[in-house]
Amino acid sequence: MIKKDVLGIRDMSKEDLIEILDTAKEMKKIIEGEKISDILKGKTIITIFFEPSTRTRLSFEMAAKYLGAHFGNIETKTSSVIKGESLIDTVRTVERMKADVIIVRHNMSGAPHLMAKYLNASIINAGDGLNEHPTQALLDLMTIREKKESFKGLKVVIIGDIVHSRVARSNMWGLLKLGAEVRLAGPATLLPKTFEKLGAKVYYDIDKAIEDVDVVMGLRIQLERQKSGLFPSKDEFARYFGITSERMKLAKKNAILMHPGPINRNVEISSETANSGYSVIEEQVTNGVAVRMALLKLLCERRKNNENNY
Amino acid sequence: MKTIIKGGTIINGYGGNEKADILVDNGKVEAIEKTIESNDALIIDANGKYVLPGFVDMHTHLRQPGFEEKETIKTGTHAAVAGGYTTVACMPNTNPVIDNEVVVEYIKSIAKRDGYSKVIPIGSMTKGMMGEEISEMAKLKDAGIVALSDDGHPIMNAGLMKRIMIYGSMYDLLMITHCEDKMLSGEGVMNNGLISTMIGLRGIPHEAEEVMIARNIILAKSTGARLHIAHVSTKDSVELIRRAKADGVNITAEVTPHNLCLTEEIVDGFDTNTKAYPPLRTKEDVDALIEGLKDGTIDVIATDHAPHTKDDKKVPYEIAAFGISGIEIAFSVIYTYLVKNGLITLEDLVSYMSINPAKLLKTSYGIKVGNAADITVVDTNKEYTVNVDNFKSKGKNSPFNGKRLTGVVEYTLVDGKIIYKNNGKFEECNV
Repeated sequence: MIKKDVLGIRDMSKEDLIEILDTAKEMKKIIEGEKISDILKGKTIITIFFEPSTRTRLSFEMAAKYLGAHFGNIETKTSSVIKGESLIDTVRTVERMKADVIIVRHNMSGAPHLMAKYLNASIINAGDGLNEHPTQALLDLMTIREKKESFKGLKVVIIGDIVHSRVARSNMWGLLKLGAEVRLAGPATLLPKTFEKLGAKVYYDIDKAIEDVDVVMGLRIQLERQKSGLFPSKDEFARYFGITSERMKLAKKNAILMHPGPINRNVEISSETANSGYSVIEEQVTNGVAVRMALLKLLCERRKNNENNY
Repeated sequence: MKTIIKGGTIINGYGGNEKADILVDNGKVEAIEKTIESNDALIIDANGKYVLPGFVDMHTHLRQPGFEEKETIKTGTHAAVAGGYTTVACMPNTNPVIDNEVVVEYIKSIAKRDGYSKVIPIGSMTKGMMGEEISEMAKLKDAGIVALSDDGHPIMNAGLMKRIMIYGSMYDLLMITHCEDKMLSGEGVMNNGLISTMIGLRGIPHEAEEVMIARNIILAKSTGARLHIAHVSTKDSVELIRRAKADGVNITAEVTPHNLCLTEEIVDGFDTNTKAYPPLRTKEDVDALIEGLKDGTIDVIATDHAPHTKDDKKVPYEIAAFGISGIEIAFSVIYTYLVKNGLITLEDLVSYMSINPAKLLKTSYGIKVGNAADITVVDTNKEYTVNVDNFKSKGKNSPFNGKRLTGVVEYTLVDGKIIYKNNGKFEECNV
């Protein structure tokens, strides 16, 4: 049984992950069928995004609507000067509107944890700072599960700006829990060796990292990192860390290529490779709706079972 | 009025440890004898308790003037005496900054009016702590400061730092330096390491501290200035200071109770009460800090008492204020984590928390006949659970909230007056 809030993959058990993935499989049938269900009839789901997002927010909206929930959205222009007190005030107001689940994205690590501490509504972390992006990881796990039989012994490489990536962290936690081997690759300024202590293997030579893997996952490079001196140019990045068709040949024959999007074409992935048969990027998007439906369903069920506790 | 502290074990700060009575009169220690009897004296029963020289904190933030919502001289010194401190030196990051004699006089007068403990203001090194022009150090000295610091604003310009050391040394002012290379600490909010990697908070590397300590050691060596390194937190910093001392550099150092007793692990969970500068480091660093205390590399345990409002901390970790409110539990924390665990003795604690800081601030120290009767009576058998709501300080920001600690301050006497008694009676102002 998942907890009151979905704050990260790190604090989930393997059983939680499996339950969510199994539920998501069922949810996908709704998406592919009539697209209508009344599982969340009478429930109110609100998204609050303090950071710009199109696909994640829309994905949650579709998930809520496919399940028959009331849905609302608040977009808050954010900046580093927005104080958390106003964050708590904002979400308290939303809670007073009887939201059952509040989905939050924030540019600061731990912001959803702060909200969860003060609110009765269930909080879903839709990405917090550099910390976690659990629903992205769940949709990635779902996609991998559909393509590969088992996570056990699966070799997965995540390439790019690891240290600033909440997607990389959440995927790493999930994959390690499910028994996969996690390789991380990127320039040393974007990938501290410390990740080895967390259970991953660290590579600075992408050719070695990609060798014999089942899954290649690219990450979006924030180009402003170049200005802050973390890598010298996007051309150099593309040459030494970019995912190309040549490099994909070093992976297993039936390897798949993933990316959370949007892609900087010809930087982290060559355009040709992104469109190739390796790519499962579009399927990831559909699965995103399914796992978010699963989470909403499971959280609302949990709330119903624990009504007296809320 | 005469007071007799009866039957306690006195650790006098001069190496002595004896069970005796202390007669206090006219603000001074009048006699220390096996037994002292008097019909007209107030008796403090110290049987089974320890009688210590009052603690001296050389790193306190009283926040007044300018940030009275966080703390005032009244609440800060009330917290101080509740923690057994009889003297506190307050940092100059007030508004206005303590960069001129008027602010020094203001603090002294408010302390006289509202204060529970003695207060020694620390002057800023540069005007407005802007790191550009040196402050009026001679005037500040005449007004009553004994030390200079730009507190959390390290002097990034080495040339300026050298001039500060040269000029300030004319007046024998202690240079208290917050050692941080801002370019290395960047946007970091916690120790750079395993936990920061794990939870996605930006890290402050240990080199940020060490690079600046190394630079300041080099400058102190060439200028002969009295250099004091504030809140040391890393293993390599301890080693740099150890080598500098061996090399004859005029250097001393302090460490905070939280850096001595807590590690970065407790930041996992995003409790903003764990956010401080320097950040909580690793077990290896903590072990090195304790070793540094034991071998004399680190001279002082100073609280870096940094009270903030609840709103300052009820925000995401990245934007929460740095700092821990700790002056009133510092003794219990050190007693529980270090003395009780056999890492240091109670006599050592007295050296680090009372004698050494008093010497650096050039104020009286130790319990002996003729000295000011600044005395703290503690019960090392009692335990309690920290509840920040009971803090006298306005700052409730403590990572020790809810922790079980041993060692209770029973009485604090400032200039012979009982300023604090556990349970709050006998509290007086106007020290």
